[in-house]
Amino acid sequence: MKYSIFSLARAALSGHKTWQRTWRDASPKDRYDVVIVGGGGHGLATAWFLASEYGIRNVAVLEKGWIGSGNAGRNTTIIRSNYGLPGNTGFYELSMKLWERMEQDLNYNTMVSQRGVINLYHSDAQRDAYARRGNTMRINGIDAELLDLAAVRKMMPFLNFDNARFPVQGGLLQRRGGTARHDAVVWGYAHAASALGVDIIQNCEVSGFVRDANGKVTGVETSRGTIGAGKVGMAVAGSSSRVAAMAGLRLPIESHVLQAFVSEAIKPLIPGVMTFGAGHFYVSQSDKGGLVFGGDIDGYNSYAQRGNLPVMEDVCEGGMALMPMIGRVRLLRQWGGIMDMSMDGSPIIDKTPVDGLYLNAGWCYGGFKATPGSGFVFAHLLARDEPHKEAARFRLDRFRRGAMIDEKGVGAQPNLH
Amino acid sequence: MRIVCPFCGERELGEFTYLGDAKPVRPAAGASQDEVFDYVYLRDNVAGGTSEYWYHGGGCRAWLKITRNTLTHEISSVDPAAGVGAAKAGA
Ligand SMILES: Cc1cc2nc3c(=O)[nH]c(=O)nc-3n(C[C@H](O)[C@H](O)[C@H](O)COP(=O)(O)OP(=O)(O)OC[C@H]3O[C@@H](n4cnc5c(N)ncnc54)[C@H](O)[C@@H]3O)c2cc1C
Ligand SMILES: [Zn+2]
Repeated sequence: MKYSIFSLARAALSGHKTWQRTWRDASPKDRYDVVIVGGGGHGLATAWFLASEYGIRNVAVLEKGWIGSGNAGRNTTIIRSNYGLPGNTGFYELSMKLWERMEQDLNYNTMVSQRGVINLYHSDAQRDAYARRGNTMRINGIDAELLDLAAVRKMMPFLNFDNARFPVQGGLLQRRGGTARHDAVVWGYAHAASALGVDIIQNCEVSGFVRDANGKVTGVETSRGTIGAGKVGMAVAGSSSRVAAMAGLRLPIESHVLQAFVSEAIKPLIPGVMTFGAGHFYVSQSDKGGLVFGGDIDGYNSYAQRGNLPVMEDVCEGGMALMPMIGRVRLLRQWGGIMDMSMDGSPIIDKTPVDGLYLNAGWCYGGFKATPGSGFVFAHLLARDEPHKEAARFRLDRFRRGAMIDEKGVGAQPNLH
Repeated sequence: MRIVCPFCGERELGEFTYLGDAKPVRPAAGASQDEVFDYVYLRDNVAGGTSEYWYHGGGCRAWLKITRNTLTHEISSVDPAAGVGAAKAGA
């Protein structure tokens, strides 16, 4: 089905009772050219680009639960391309450009909202670092503006500017950054991929790989039977180590929990996305009015999809330092998601040492913004057997070669990225 | 999650810092590049029971060796990890 102003009007006239389901819930066939493991945003985007960009339509996406039940549906929906290191800068901007045309490409309202992302700075050193990052972005054709105190005051008069310990001095603003509706991104890719013939198979957990005499992967064992595959692409986010282990691989990845929080709805307050540079706190306001925020990961390995209280306290303290008046706002909901924390904080998109098995992993807690870009470059790798030029630095062997992309500069410490 | 420190008793998680998987052992000087790569970067990343080091910085400042289930956060044992800090620091 195609959405348009006429389909909307037609459905409105019949009391919105005629909407049809947007994608097919398929049953597995015996064999596909490409099988994608993981029905999150990245897996579904990969399938869509395989079909739409590379003409490979005999594709299945296998999801152990329901699509979007992983991090795709658990994140705080921030999109931006304000990265400073070679490798990241180009890739995230490619992704941002795909966000900007996503709704037209998919014929689906993913509510991409370029309301701006501002990173506040609180010291001279931090201002210099942000100025440098902003310059790197601009050299690469990405928008960035360094705001001084007066400009921030005008934009966000409600901040606690008199904070003696963390005085707000200004911020680095990317106006093209913002948010997108995360569930709609999942449904949009499913809708568009399914229309091109991709099978989306839910409640289908991959429990092993089928290998031929040479060790090449020729299919997957699943809770719904064995499925043959020309190539298998993994996009399982926080489960990468577990799935890779089924093929005998150990990865430079640990799994950690990140929590997110939503307050009760209040009147429009926060203009875009705001990050507190002195601690780790980021916040935006949903279209319904709730403050959506988060901060650090819990800091220890976890697969539990729930966090613990000390981080909740820390995140709320970060919020209070910036905006003391939110202390009276009630917290409505909190949840956790399990992410791959890679050893340098950057993603891995590569062939694995196992023939026929391809890896898309290590997104840490910043992979939502990467969703369209990740799908695009992973589809390229699967279709052409060589990395897309904007993902050429995301190779698996970069740790061995000493070519890490350590945007945060903390080395091989996944719980600090 | 609360941790029962063998020296201080039951304390809240905020007093402790996670110091990583207890399994990797620092390779001896002169180890091969592969062994060092393995130690620094690769992880089993176990889903289930695993043993790990924690530091009781908000209490007795001892290093502890804890057996914990990463799927449930359940802790089954906490022991003093005598000498581990010094060994990790290469002292
Ligand atoms: C609380 C939180 C806040 C975040 N906020 C942001 C943000 O604001 N901006 C941003 O850019 N990023 C953010 N992230 C990170 C982002 O959500 C992830 O990096 C990104 O969603 C990961 O890609 P994905 O969508 O494909 O993963 P997922 O949606 O997790 O997809 C992986 C899928 O694989 C499935 N799977 C796993 N194992 C198997 C198996 N054996 N067989 C079949 N299927 C399997 C899972 O069920 C899951 O659905 C946040 C993450 C969290 C947890
Ligand atoms: Zn103690």
